Amino acid sequence: MEELANLFHGFAVALQPYNIMLMIIGITLGVIIGVLPGLGGANGVAILLPLTFSMPPTSAIIMLSCIYWGALFGGAITSILFNIPGEPWSVATTFDGYPMAQQGKPGEALTAAFTSSFVGALFAVIMITLVAPLVAGFALRFGPAEKFAVYFLAFCSFVGLSKEPPFKTIAAMMMGFALAAVGLDSITGQLRLTFGVTELLNGFDFLIAVIGLFGIGEILLTMEEGLAFRGGNATINLRVVLQTWRELPAYWMTSLRSCLIGCWMGVTPAGATPASFMSYGIAKRLARRGNNFGKGEIEGVIAPETAAHAAGTSALLPMLSLGVPGSPTAAVLLGGLLIWGLQPGPMLFVEQKEFVWGLIASMYLGNLAGLIVVLTCVPIFAAILRVPFGIIAPLILVLCAIGAYSVHNSTFDVMLMLVFGVLGYLLKKCNYPLAPLVLAIVLGDKAEEAFRQSLLGSHGSLGVFFSNGLVSTIMALGLVALFWSAIQEGYSRLRTSMA
Amino acid sequence: MTEQSGSESGPAHKTLEIGMALLIGAFGLVVIFGSLKAGINWGAEGPRAGFFPFYVGAAIVGASAINLWSAQRGDDGRLFASWGQLRQVMSVVVPTAIYVGSMPFIGLYVASMVFIAWFMRWLGGYRWLTVIAVAVGMPVLTYLVFERWFLVPLPKGPFEEWLGL
Repeated sequence: MEELANLFHGFAVALQPYNIMLMIIGITLGVIIGVLPGLGGANGVAILLPLTFSMPPTSAIIMLSCIYWGALFGGAITSILFNIPGEPWSVATTFDGYPMAQQGKPGEALTAAFTSSFVGALFAVIMITLVAPLVAGFALRFGPAEKFAVYFLAFCSFVGLSKEPPFKTIAAMMMGFALAAVGLDSITGQLRLTFGVTELLNGFDFLIAVIGLFGIGEILLTMEEGLAFRGGNATINLRVVLQTWRELPAYWMTSLRSCLIGCWMGVTPAGATPASFMSYGIAKRLARRGNNFGKGEIEGVIAPETAAHAAGTSALLPMLSLGVPGSPTAAVLLGGLLIWGLQPGPMLFVEQKEFVWGLIASMYLGNLAGLIVVLTCVPIFAAILRVPFGIIAPLILVLCAIGAYSVHNSTFDVMLMLVFGVLGYLLKKCNYPLAPLVLAIVLGDKAEEAFRQSLLGSHGSLGVFFSNGLVSTIMALGLVALFWSAIQEGYSRLRTSMA
Repeated sequence: MTEQSGSESGPAHKTLEIGMALLIGAFGLVVIFGSLKAGINWGAEGPRAGFFPFYVGAAIVGASAINLWSAQRGDDGRLFASWGQLRQVMSVVVPTAIYVGSMPFIGLYVASMVFIAWFMRWLGGYRWLTVIAVAVGMPVLTYLVFERWFLVPLPKGPFEEWLGL
């Protein structure tokens, strides 16, 4: 068992005192980010990324991934106590979590949510530990055509799986590709799409886009609702925790199902948000007390939280083994790898063993630390929420500006961030998905490179993408994902026009 | 959020939807134009720089055309947002634009102080004491964390120069 030895080595890396300290800091910051409106996992990590430039990559990824776990935990706190989902993936948690809190059972709801999150994450990490090295080993044999096919599949699944209209998904995604193409062409060294603007020589940095689209855009959406903010109280004590823990094993079936849904949706780049909704929906249909869902059923908290956390965690599997991130936050982490000088993809498992296994080990420890932190510190985090938005909003805006500036030490980027912010607000209001846009900015250059290299090899024939069994299978899966939505769309249109 | 009672008015959702589709479509045209300038055919080194973005641009224009078509078809009478809500949004966008625009000249710290103070005082309606505490405290904390601890330089203006930082 070479993997097991590697994993133990990874634990040794993650258990260094410096890394443990970063882990706790990351979790705490992450929960705060998850609790605050306008700061989410993706742009929280993006803002803090420049701070890690001087750290060793392993420590940096441990801290940043812990921010991500923290944000996943934190989203549940606001959903349950205030009926305000701190993150999109915790929307489904409000359905039963908030009624439970109103019935005087906030402690039970929070304990159930945190524990389910932990179970979901643990399941996903075990899956990553077992599957990632295999996938990476398999992917080592990929040529440019196979690489492009994997990107193709990833982006097609976005079109097929997202709940937004498919052509809006395509439009948003292609905008991302176009923005990624701006600047120096990596193959010919030629400038393109800059229209003589020198600031665009290096193209658009996706970190700026993430901070603008997710951070500023989210603040603007919140401002629509005005500055009013309702407060609430939370107490959680050991007795409630233990009592809830005794109840939870009865729902093992829901947990297992949610874990599987989450892992599946996380590996395909659908992400945590649809996973949580889907898991909630299925649990509602299958549960014995399904009719009570929405009135404060503990199972209605377990299902979405488990799935969201499993999805959020397993989104790192394709990022590590294939270099294709499964969620916007994973995309930001992937961008971090590039900045630290690491090449994401299967070679990581060969060349950067310490990094990969340190990260995987930190996932086990980070989620355990996260569970302890959130269970013990809920009142403190709830208090942060009671700081009025009139104070929080300008501070978040300033933080976003600092984050955008420090990526390249450029004030032009800060202005760009604001433009992206307004764009994000408009796109979100018009129901365009932002995740594929961001992923396309991150992966655009790599996808294009793989595409052009494949064509070079085949002298321009598209047949290269169907030249062997492997690449044809991936491409065919991609096409099915792509046209899956088109078929559904056509079918439902036909039905509405008939009706 | 956007479902409003009859008493409130604002731009229709449909108008914004159409505007968005047109805007994205125009962006697609710019991409196509730029790709044509970079060359979309095959050169000595294989596909030229504009080859890939050209098709991306074409896809944007195509998708936007369909989005435009479906936007002008359906009209559910929904509002995009009420004027009051848009005023709220603009009351953040405009000062943020001024904040961002002034940063190259007066530095991040002074700009942040003014921005936070303005936001809290006029939008939040806080007492001056609270306002000043937060508006001064946050940039000072930022300075300590970023410049001293993590050694990340942030833009400075004449005021910091005068302080000798």
